[in-house]
Amino acid sequence: MSATRIAEFGESLEAHGVSWARTDADGFASTLVESLVEPAVGVPLGYEGVSLDDAPVTVDPTPAELRAATTGVTPVRLGVAAYGSFLVDSDAKGSEPVSLYPERHVAVVRGSDLVADLPAALDELGASYAAEPSSAVFATGPSATGDMGALVEGVHGPKHVHAVVLEDR
Amino acid sequence: MAVDDPTEKAAHIRHLLATEREAVRENTSHFNRERYRASAEYEGYEELRSRAREIKEDAIERLPELVETVRESVEANGGTVYVADDAADANRYVEEVVRDQGDTVVKSKSMTTEEIDLNEALEAAGADVYETDLGEFVVQVADEAPSHIVGPSLHKSSDDIAALFNAHFDPEEPLSTAEELTEFARDYLGDRIVEADVGVTGANFVLAESGTITLVTNEGNARKVAATPDTHVAVAGIEKLLPSIEELGPFTELIARAATGQDVPQYLSMLTPPSDSPSLDFDDPTTPLSEQGSENREFHLVLLDNGRTAMRDDPELRETLYCIRCGACANSCANFQQVGGHAFGGETYTGGIATGWEAGVEGLDTAAEFNDLCTGCSRCVNACPVEIDIPWINTVVRDRVNRNGDEGQFDHLVEGLTPDAEPGGMDLGKRFFGNFETAAKLGSATAPLSNWLAKSGPVRAGMERALGIDRRRDLPRFERETFRDWFEARGGALVSADEATREAVVYPDLYTNYVRPERGRAAVRVLEALSVRVQVPDVPSSGRAPLSQGMVATADAKASRVFGALAEHLDAGRDVVVVEPSDLAMFRREYEKFLPEASHERLSENSYEVVEYVFGLLENGGDAEALAGPDADDPGVAYHSHCQQRTLGAAAHTEAVLDRLGYDVVLSEAECCGMAGSFGYKRDYYELSMAVGEELATEFGGAHEGRRVVASGTSCLDQLDDLLERKPAHPVELLDPARR
Repeated sequence: MSATRIAEFGESLEAHGVSWARTDADGFASTLVESLVEPAVGVPLGYEGVSLDDAPVTVDPTPAELRAATTGVTPVRLGVAAYGSFLVDSDAKGSEPVSLYPERHVAVVRGSDLVADLPAALDELGASYAAEPSSAVFATGPSATGDMGALVEGVHGPKHVHAVVLEDR
Repeated sequence: MAVDDPTEKAAHIRHLLATEREAVRENTSHFNRERYRASAEYEGYEELRSRAREIKEDAIERLPELVETVRESVEANGGTVYVADDAADANRYVEEVVRDQGDTVVKSKSMTTEEIDLNEALEAAGADVYETDLGEFVVQVADEAPSHIVGPSLHKSSDDIAALFNAHFDPEEPLSTAEELTEFARDYLGDRIVEADVGVTGANFVLAESGTITLVTNEGNARKVAATPDTHVAVAGIEKLLPSIEELGPFTELIARAATGQDVPQYLSMLTPPSDSPSLDFDDPTTPLSEQGSENREFHLVLLDNGRTAMRDDPELRETLYCIRCGACANSCANFQQVGGHAFGGETYTGGIATGWEAGVEGLDTAAEFNDLCTGCSRCVNACPVEIDIPWINTVVRDRVNRNGDEGQFDHLVEGLTPDAEPGGMDLGKRFFGNFETAAKLGSATAPLSNWLAKSGPVRAGMERALGIDRRRDLPRFERETFRDWFEARGGALVSADEATREAVVYPDLYTNYVRPERGRAAVRVLEALSVRVQVPDVPSSGRAPLSQGMVATADAKASRVFGALAEHLDAGRDVVVVEPSDLAMFRREYEKFLPEASHERLSENSYEVVEYVFGLLENGGDAEALAGPDADDPGVAYHSHCQQRTLGAAAHTEAVLDRLGYDVVLSEAECCGMAGSFGYKRDYYELSMAVGEELATEFGGAHEGRRVVASGTSCLDQLDDLLERKPAHPVELLDPARR
């Protein structure tokens, strides 16, 4: 089930111009390093068994470091298999600005956090609203515009998006 | 900026055709093609549209309650809600918020703030306001109005924008490519966002229960504008409210597909502010994000009424409030594709639905300036993701505009020709076209004199002056022997009731009866060859002509008379066969507004487009051999279907029948001929009509040069007649056994 969903997620990522790699806890550190273009900043992942601590990533950066960074690494709350979307929380750790300001966003998503489609993701998000409504964004692919007369990627948001899918079960 | 004076209007359209047409056409037709693709690929798209419609109907019904709900939820989250009665009220509130915070405002794209002229108000109060959506930034720098709801600057090419930026910003290296322009704008606006005191966004949806606003963007600017300054102001019309996140699902699937053909936008923000996201003090070199805190974050939701409550109470304009501002009605519109929103738009809104918005928030005068650009072709009907009957809104507004007119000096000229239910003072040309039945009867009775007169220079000059009929356009040529005269003269039905497999009435529409009786004659012979007993009773015109001029009461009265004349035939089990697609569309679509439900059902369910009917007969064992097929040296057929026929799903049958009979058929890629009934005759719109037709002319004149041209609609035939050397025919004429 999870493997099929990861494969579908991967196809959707590629269809939306997002590169990706899959790994497990053991391979995470080396997979992550390959995905970085320094200088990199990040927010703590909060996932069991993996962290950014051994990588060349400034965890919990200052706003100045954030603005100077080329890569931002964040965890994501959900991945949407049908579209290759991430649900990025506007949390107190700064996942929103770290996924938004640098030219490259590396999203770390757990296989167990993949849902089939957007309606399913909205269901999950909606269920959490009962306890406390939150702020988050479904991000799919690089930021883009057609407003200058042709399609250009990399506008106010990241030009490059990379996913590291963590097989956690 | 639309213009009211007739000759100025023609000049304005000519100017736009010369300057903005190319970019507008390229961008809108691209979006339109992508919408077709994306909606076809999504299984259950139609069901989703109906579901979205239901949700919007319910939300607007419950609007007052939802306003109270969102007030409570936003306040519980720590934000503020302000319900503004009108533009001035909303602007005053936002000005106060800005004054408390500083003087630099960054904005993401919001048509609602365009509606209230928020930028001008804030600037007058001393603030610097920067649009961060690149399209909005371009029109801000150019000091122009948006030309499209979704793509405000899509009337400009890269070259246009490069010239604008190079002149305005004088960069060290001149900019030229879209990449360079994007990079420049991103850097420039990135600095503005970082130093801004207040971020202003709109909202695509507002979820009442949780106090969440949903924003749909591709560039990421709305994310930055909401996340960077501590103070976030969202300005949204009250109609954006949905009960909760549970109702959002259909819209998130529909909105990007309808707008641009994307399966999902790059960014779908679900903001329930004030958020926990850390304040971003970029001057602070020491405090990490996790210690920045979010206590200084503020959120203000400004809910704008500005005429919406009155629209909600108006049974005809209410549907407008279901609009999710995707621009699909603009992209699918042939006229819009040529001139864009700088002609087909009002103060703020553009495209077909703009008539409803502008009539509701600005007033009839503003809507009147561009409302005539809707020809009622109905191509937007299937495009709209919430199933708004946009042509109907345009018709109703036209009707109201007609009724607002003053008594004119030429009224006596058309008095005898206008036995309608309309007020004196309405536009004379409209009144003339709306009463085309009277002119057709008179023209036919006095042919060929009437046709000679119609070619006379002085007569045409007079018609141009008094009625606005462009003298460059050939007028319809009336036939002395009408379709019904012919049918009577040949002795009525030739298939006896005993021999008949079915019985049908061929509806003698205005054009088939007086102008193109050959279509009717062919239809009768084709049906009789398939053992149908045919009658051609005296049935009044459908009301399409008056309806297209906004003469709703006249059309309504026609509907009753048509139904009265057909009811007995329907009860006798006869099918109603219609040659003119725009009249079939009346029976199936518009009569729903005019007739009791049971009457409309009975008529619409038993009415068929003529070749659609032939298709059904052949499917049910009819003998195709009895109809005419191609000769050995047949050059092949180039077929142009009719806009309303396509909306009804009654176009594919013609291709199938011609194909079955052995004709080599190609279909026009161009969807619209540009004629649209009276539209192409009007002096104000003649050039636009010809511009729309150019695509079809290029196709049928180019690759399909040698083929015989057929078209189902009278207007399309008239236009093809003017565009091509070859004389076009109705497809049923190809099937006519008399040809053999």
